[in-house]
Amino acid sequence: MPEAIQFLPPRQEVLSRRAAIIDDLRGLLPPDCVIHEARELVPFETDAFISYRRMPLAVVLPRTTSQVAAVMKYCHRHGIPVVPRGAGTSLSGGAIPQEDAVVLGLSRMARIIEIDYANRTATVQAGVTNLSISDAVGIDGFFYAPDPSSQLACTIGGNIGMNSGGAHCLKYGVTTNNLLGVKLVLVDGEVVELGGKHLDAAGYDLLGLFCGSEGQLGIVTEATVRLIAKPEGARPVLFGFETSEEAGACVADIIASGIIPVAIEFMDKPAIEICEAFAKAGYPLDVGALLIVEVEGSEAEMDAMLENIVGIARRHKVLTVRECQSATEAALIWKGRKSAFGATGRIADYICMDGTVPLSKLSYVLKKTSEITDSFGLRVANVFHAGDGNMHPLILFNANDPEEAMKAEEAGNEILKLCVDAGGCLTGEHGVGIEKRDLMRHQYTQAELAQQMAVRAAFDEDWILNPSKVFPLEGRG
Amino acid sequence: MLIPNTETDAAYVIRNAAADNTPLAICGGNTRGFARLIQPAEPISSRGLSGIVDYDPAEMVMTVRSGTPVSEVEAALTANRQMLAFEPMDHRGILGPHGTPSREPTIGGVFAANISGPRRLTAGAARDSLLGIRFVNGRGEIIRAGGRVMKNVTGLDLVKLLAGSQGTLGFLTEVTFRVLPVPPATETIVISGLDDEMAAKAMAAAIALPVEISGAAHLPASVRSRFIDGALPEGEATVLRLEGLSASVDVRAQKLAAVMEAFGPVTKLGMETSLTLWRQIRDVAPYVDGTEKPLWRVSVAPSAGYHLVAALRLEAGIDAFYDWQGGLVWMRMEADPEAEFVRRYIRALGGGHATLIRASEAARAQIPTFEPLPDAVAALSARIKAKLDPAGIFGPGKMG
Repeated sequence: MPEAIQFLPPRQEVLSRRAAIIDDLRGLLPPDCVIHEARELVPFETDAFISYRRMPLAVVLPRTTSQVAAVMKYCHRHGIPVVPRGAGTSLSGGAIPQEDAVVLGLSRMARIIEIDYANRTATVQAGVTNLSISDAVGIDGFFYAPDPSSQLACTIGGNIGMNSGGAHCLKYGVTTNNLLGVKLVLVDGEVVELGGKHLDAAGYDLLGLFCGSEGQLGIVTEATVRLIAKPEGARPVLFGFETSEEAGACVADIIASGIIPVAIEFMDKPAIEICEAFAKAGYPLDVGALLIVEVEGSEAEMDAMLENIVGIARRHKVLTVRECQSATEAALIWKGRKSAFGATGRIADYICMDGTVPLSKLSYVLKKTSEITDSFGLRVANVFHAGDGNMHPLILFNANDPEEAMKAEEAGNEILKLCVDAGGCLTGEHGVGIEKRDLMRHQYTQAELAQQMAVRAAFDEDWILNPSKVFPLEGRG
Repeated sequence: MLIPNTETDAAYVIRNAAADNTPLAICGGNTRGFARLIQPAEPISSRGLSGIVDYDPAEMVMTVRSGTPVSEVEAALTANRQMLAFEPMDHRGILGPHGTPSREPTIGGVFAANISGPRRLTAGAARDSLLGIRFVNGRGEIIRAGGRVMKNVTGLDLVKLLAGSQGTLGFLTEVTFRVLPVPPATETIVISGLDDEMAAKAMAAAIALPVEISGAAHLPASVRSRFIDGALPEGEATVLRLEGLSASVDVRAQKLAAVMEAFGPVTKLGMETSLTLWRQIRDVAPYVDGTEKPLWRVSVAPSAGYHLVAALRLEAGIDAFYDWQGGLVWMRMEADPEAEFVRRYIRALGGGHATLIRASEAARAQIPTFEPLPDAVAALSARIKAKLDPAGIFGPGKMG
């Protein structure tokens, strides 16, 4: 039985100065930007990884980069941990605070600063939500490509912290491939800018290093992102298969044929049933697995690609092929998929894994995943981005049964080790957070972890920024 | 020249060099040796580490030892109708007598210098295709980063950090990268007679259309004849590339041409000529001139490129052409590199960076090859380097 995930022990000298720290923060920021009353702190106790929660020392919600810089300078000088937070939608506990930490929330920095169509960029504050960028430019025929399922709520700052992906990154890449520049506050309050509207920033690729660093290297306050011209049309098509293995093999064959659809999403039978009951998307219920394959472009291009894809699916004994007849139908198909986590939450508690595996191992890993959950007497629903091998098994359990909850965690750990052993990795897009922190040794040698931590120390020598995350607590040196 | 034949040997050699504080100049085939070193260093080449380790075309992922010649990688990919999406350029032409044409560029060098070509505009840079690496750090430790899957956020992204670090942070021994299918059809739309400013506007308008342009360059009249044996129409040529399934390229080419006719006369080049043209743009054909005339590679916002060139024309004799929708400016100076002017105007126009690719030995000794960084970023970069190369043996002073 695994132990509950540990946090660093709170710094007593920080806890003992709580009242003075809050006073000081109120001196640095307008009064309404500092939250310290216990009942007001509750919403900041956890994120979307709800199995764990910690009450922070205080929450600050600055409105400007210079306010962020003032807070960082103060906390750095006094050795106070800082936990950055966007919308708190992290699935790995990336935004869960600790008792001695100040939560630095970017939600009030939610302004779109500039949209520049000549250079196809949007410059936004870090608290702007992912979807609001696409909403702002959609009318002019553009969009921002990375589309995590939580895109209605999650912020661009959080996306950068986690290097978020989404369903459409098979074609357009993840956050790091769509980020051109940032303004950020270093741990000591210094403000620096990396990149801009040009391609490939000068010097080391600090932008690339920063992206996905889970709030451990600094605080992003502004970002310049790539806008892309919206395709003429997009068409998701449903393919139903007898078994998950057939569906998995079909995915590998589609990619092997040289066709790259914009998205290939996979759902197994339990996931289909859960999503259909919630979204009424018209998913076939008499199949063992479902693929949503989306192609885009002109009508001619979509027809040509789909003809090839349907041909491949037929070789895998496809049972159902359903093309959408309308935009409403297409939207419904995506609604079903994107609400998968929420819909699952209606019928049970769940933890969502995020390992990525080479495409050739998809079928094998799916089979082993159900063997693992069976052996723990748990149910699993699989819904994931198949085109890039990013698995999302949802392990169902009852949170009111502590023993079952621990079993779910243990099964999750086994599945992630399976992904690593199959040549993949622990996390494709949700981040390490606290959730996968203690599994890092399964993927990396001590020398490799030490190298990463050394680079981290170049930014934050005293482990002030989001300190309980990503790296195992022991052996930090 | 040190040429280790195994990763273990490389680690051993580097560990010893660190112990003796012997500076090392990491290279592959040394075909892009444009960066200056501030002190003599023992060259260490990856060329003894050669060969494809793993390539499953169905997964679109290849793992290769870093010293493998680019030509060998491309041959294996071509045999499976796949390619490097980022179109790495070959520097041997423009470096002429300085480059060493007998040598072969290596795949490790491509990633260590983050070398990309015209498709970088829409398909990403070399660093965007790089999924995983093995390298030896300055302590002589073998470190893996990333992996062979497309989505991976497990820990810090040292892959990006090492990509483009010019051999100053580690010695790459193995690279794993994503590849893409070769598009079955390619077409180029040429709009003739636009000045630099109108060309920038035309390219911005084109790339805003839902036609998936995969290359956008502007070739002023002074360079026009240097491409495809002078077969481009008279005057300036603004060129837009379309790639994909044949039926789709035809449809998109028609749509694009219809919109571009508002800017100027439009012609199409066809597939074979297009392939040649974009290879020549990639390899900077106009400045493959056998001279030592200073050559700058500048990256700025696409809307700033022509402003930069116009401003510099008032100060110095220059010749220039544009890739990446106008944001990548190749500039050949008639006399001095004029580094002060170039870099000052870049800052004034909203930022970017200039790399001195070619110049006389004397000029290279005076001018930082790479864009000098703001103090805070330079300090941070130095701290990061010290964490990977504590003895400071890899290419001292090369990246500032």
